[in-house]
Amino acid sequence: MITDVVIVGAGIVGAACARALAMAGVRVTVLERGAAASGTSAKGEGNLLVSDKGPGAELDLAVYAASLWPNLVAELADELGPAFPPLEYERKGGLVVATTDAGAAPLLAFAATQREAGVDARPVSVADALALEPWLNPAITAAVHYPDDAQVQPVIATEALLASARGNGAVVRTGVTVTGATREATGRITGVTTSEGDVRADAVLIAAGPWSGEVAGAMGVHLPVKPRRGMVLVTTRMPHRVFHKVYDGDYFGATQSSDAALQTSSVVESTAAGTVLLGSSREQVGFDERLRVDVIREVAGKALRLFPFLAEASVMRTYGGFRPFMPDHLPVIGEDHRAPGLWHASGHEGAGIGLSLATADLIVAAMLGTTPPLDPAPFGLDRASLAPHLVGETAEPEGEAA
Amino acid sequence: MAARMMPSRHDPIRRRDETAIGISVDGEPIAGVEGQSIAGVVLARGRLAWRTTSAEGRPRGLFCGIGVCFDCIVTVNGERDVRACQRRASDGDVVETQHDELPEAAR
Amino acid sequence: MSPGAASASSAGRTVLVVGAGPAGLAAAKAARERGASVILLDSADATGGQYWRHLPAARPSANERALHHGWSTYTALHAELDRDPGCEIVLGAQVWAIEQFGAAPGATPDAAPGADGERTDAAAAAAPAPVAVHVLVGLPDGTARRGRTFRPDALVLATGAHDRTLPFPGWDLPGVFTAGAAQAFAKGERVALGERVVIAGAGPFLLPVAASVAATGAKVLGVYEASRAAALVRGWLPKPWQLVGAAKKGGELAGYVGSHLRHRIPYVTGRAVVAAHGTDRVEAVTIAEVDADWRSIPGTERRVVADAVCVSHGFTPRLELPIAAGCELTPERFVRIDEGQATSVPGVYAAGEITGIGGVDAALAEGEIAGHVAAGGSTRDADLAAAIGARRTFTGFAARIEAAHGIRPGWTSWLEDDTIVCRCEEVPYGRLRETREATCASGLRSMKLTTRAGLGICQGRVCGRTVEELIGAGGAPGALTVDGSPSTSATTDRRPIASPLRIGELAGRAPGDPGGPVDPHTITHRPSEKGHP
Repeated sequence: MITDVVIVGAGIVGAACARALAMAGVRVTVLERGAAASGTSAKGEGNLLVSDKGPGAELDLAVYAASLWPNLVAELADELGPAFPPLEYERKGGLVVATTDAGAAPLLAFAATQREAGVDARPVSVADALALEPWLNPAITAAVHYPDDAQVQPVIATEALLASARGNGAVVRTGVTVTGATREATGRITGVTTSEGDVRADAVLIAAGPWSGEVAGAMGVHLPVKPRRGMVLVTTRMPHRVFHKVYDGDYFGATQSSDAALQTSSVVESTAAGTVLLGSSREQVGFDERLRVDVIREVAGKALRLFPFLAEASVMRTYGGFRPFMPDHLPVIGEDHRAPGLWHASGHEGAGIGLSLATADLIVAAMLGTTPPLDPAPFGLDRASLAPHLVGETAEPEGEAA
Repeated sequence: MAARMMPSRHDPIRRRDETAIGISVDGEPIAGVEGQSIAGVVLARGRLAWRTTSAEGRPRGLFCGIGVCFDCIVTVNGERDVRACQRRASDGDVVETQHDELPEAAR
Repeated sequence: MSPGAASASSAGRTVLVVGAGPAGLAAAKAARERGASVILLDSADATGGQYWRHLPAARPSANERALHHGWSTYTALHAELDRDPGCEIVLGAQVWAIEQFGAAPGATPDAAPGADGERTDAAAAAAPAPVAVHVLVGLPDGTARRGRTFRPDALVLATGAHDRTLPFPGWDLPGVFTAGAAQAFAKGERVALGERVVIAGAGPFLLPVAASVAATGAKVLGVYEASRAAALVRGWLPKPWQLVGAAKKGGELAGYVGSHLRHRIPYVTGRAVVAAHGTDRVEAVTIAEVDADWRSIPGTERRVVADAVCVSHGFTPRLELPIAAGCELTPERFVRIDEGQATSVPGVYAAGEITGIGGVDAALAEGEIAGHVAAGGSTRDADLAAAIGARRTFTGFAARIEAAHGIRPGWTSWLEDDTIVCRCEEVPYGRLRETREATCASGLRSMKLTTRAGLGICQGRVCGRTVEELIGAGGAPGALTVDGSPSTSATTDRRPIASPLRIGELAGRAPGDPGGPVDPHTITHRPSEKGHP
């Protein structure tokens, strides 16, 4: 019987799990070595996407998650009151376009497979695409509209989930570094050791995003999650001319590839502040935060292919984050079969904001023995596709010591 | 009562040989001299504010004067976000003031 | 010493100097005297920096020196560099990014597949600075500036500082300016920002501002210094011999006092402008007496009719380029330097206000040392003795300014809930406070992203440190860190894009700049970047 849970990490996944567990009556302590919502959750666009996933377990999770967000936004608004900033949830829809003749057919074929899996993916003519996005490059060759793609302001969402978790009894401690696990004689994990003393728990849930491997390592188990860096450019405020999330079709190729070399594909969207975000890149360079001009040049160049008018817009900021990348491109959600008492909720790569709510529901069901909203097996650490990445690896901390 | 340029005939540093130029601000012609910044031309005519803020619609003009605060941005010959305190006025410049509305308001 | 007398070690060495104010000019001259090739960049279209900001060539005058201190020092430095073929002065040159190469700080060997441990960071000190400096040259905020990228042997950063103005009710009204704006427009435009001008804030800089404003024919109603006389005495007088040693600074201040007497400008301590009034522009200000912590004392408020208010409470060093280059900062948030002005990054030097707010004489001395050492010289070289002596004399100046005029925490008593803190995004103090309470004083990044404070077009240059102080008060453990890391990047001063640029310029598609130029010191890509870390 699980009555006390320690969650390592106060990003959106940890926050969503903390709220869901606290509301289910569990005593929750969230431990965060830095500040809340300061890692990967603060470095993305806040995507809640169904458009970028092919049929399979992750798409099922995304479709389920998409169904949860509208209610959550309303609940949090009621619960936290008008003094809390709004989550900027907007179901603005996505428009995925092909920019080459060769790219048109694969895009339409991909959308057809998604439709079979229940996604609202509507092929639109170039003229209709231009009606949706009047400033789009008219030279595009194909377009698919995804009305269910949405976005949320991820930092506000994380803070709101944490505030709600606190309101339901959870304790959130920042500036506390988890250094290891405490165990009983059987080896079962009974809590964590931290920079501020031990904390006892029936279950320890690692939700530290790309740093989860490091935390798991400190507890003596290997978790093959690696950081995959992404860079986003932010323009100055400008007249509102981009109305959906607009991607070029290369996005799919990038998401599904493990290649460490630089990949970029264009994602352009407006924010509630009137700025435009240009994404994004994917590189595996460890936790190196330093600016790479060749990366942002490429991001800028690809954005211009979608929206030529942006050439005279000004970039005022760039930021980078580290997506938690799993070798088989699926998050790990559930108990660690190698270390009873240890649980995982990480490896969501670029989809963690959207998937956080669905992840939390799976964790609650598994910890409390209730019926899960969908089959959790594909996300288990013991799944076949992860086996090659778990065997033969010694448990060693990744990255610098926490 | 207002900002103004020190008249060259009274200036103890004895300015001389200034060349007259003209720019327009939102269609209104304004005279200046070569070498003034756009902010300098506008301020010298006693006008303190030109931008309008996005959220509250408040007037803004020069604040830091050295290119740090971006409060004074204008559109010059179609180019947006030009700091009026940093860009020298050129004869014939077409300056438009900026009021960038937030997307919610635009909808 | 002439360029020809340089030792062999500096022959062919290229020193890139960013910023052509006093420190940068002195650095360029010293590097040339050591025989290095020098490229001197400034974003303005003239050298001189803010200190020697002056009328452009299109507006000649017979006696501009009357507006400046040390004008002959400036004209001599400029003339020498301008006629020197070994020094390329690039004006209208906006550095928008500095890239670091070499091993990632804190990177682990297994974090980067394909790295093979091939690292060159331990290479000899003679190796080029591990940075690339990306520059756009052309009209300020233009759309078709020419891109240049430099890989110098040594880089001297002399980017200076800008005014820091604390918020108070009405500070966002037109007619409220920084003191620096008043100075810049007096010296560089001959524009008076008003007829009845109040100058307020803290620091010795208010005095030359008052003198400059008075010299545009405006009436300066008074200079209101927030620090009380006791603090000024503590700051300035414990080591009076330092004032004697800093004879030029003393002389400069004496000159301003003389100017004030001539213009009959009152100089009042322990007073602050705590509000500005007006609907669409300033019509009056409230001046109040403040205690030693700068808390306004109820009942002392006095309303003064004014049409311009020039307010500065100190300076913020321009740190985005040193941070981008990877330079360590001190706990006081200046660039950490050694006695040769070297930063923590090999081949990167810093001089002037980014190492401490020390005034023009310190900047000149630091610049000379930085340029000399960057060009391959040593601090033990005899021709550097005078500069090292001068730097020693003026080093105490920064500490004395801070002791006497440093910002005191009571200023927050001036704020109302609707006082704008972030001017760009119009974030009022009340929203910051509410959000801090609702999120239990979360981290800086989270506060910024939640409230939008500091996320506007100035990128927190104006409000960044203010926001840090406002949310840091009573903050949770780690409240001011990012990612739990105590690194230099954990501040609002970190801006990897150091100045806005057009997307077309970034993509290399600006009209007239199809591929980017190649010149001797310019590269656009490094072959070794492939598969980097």
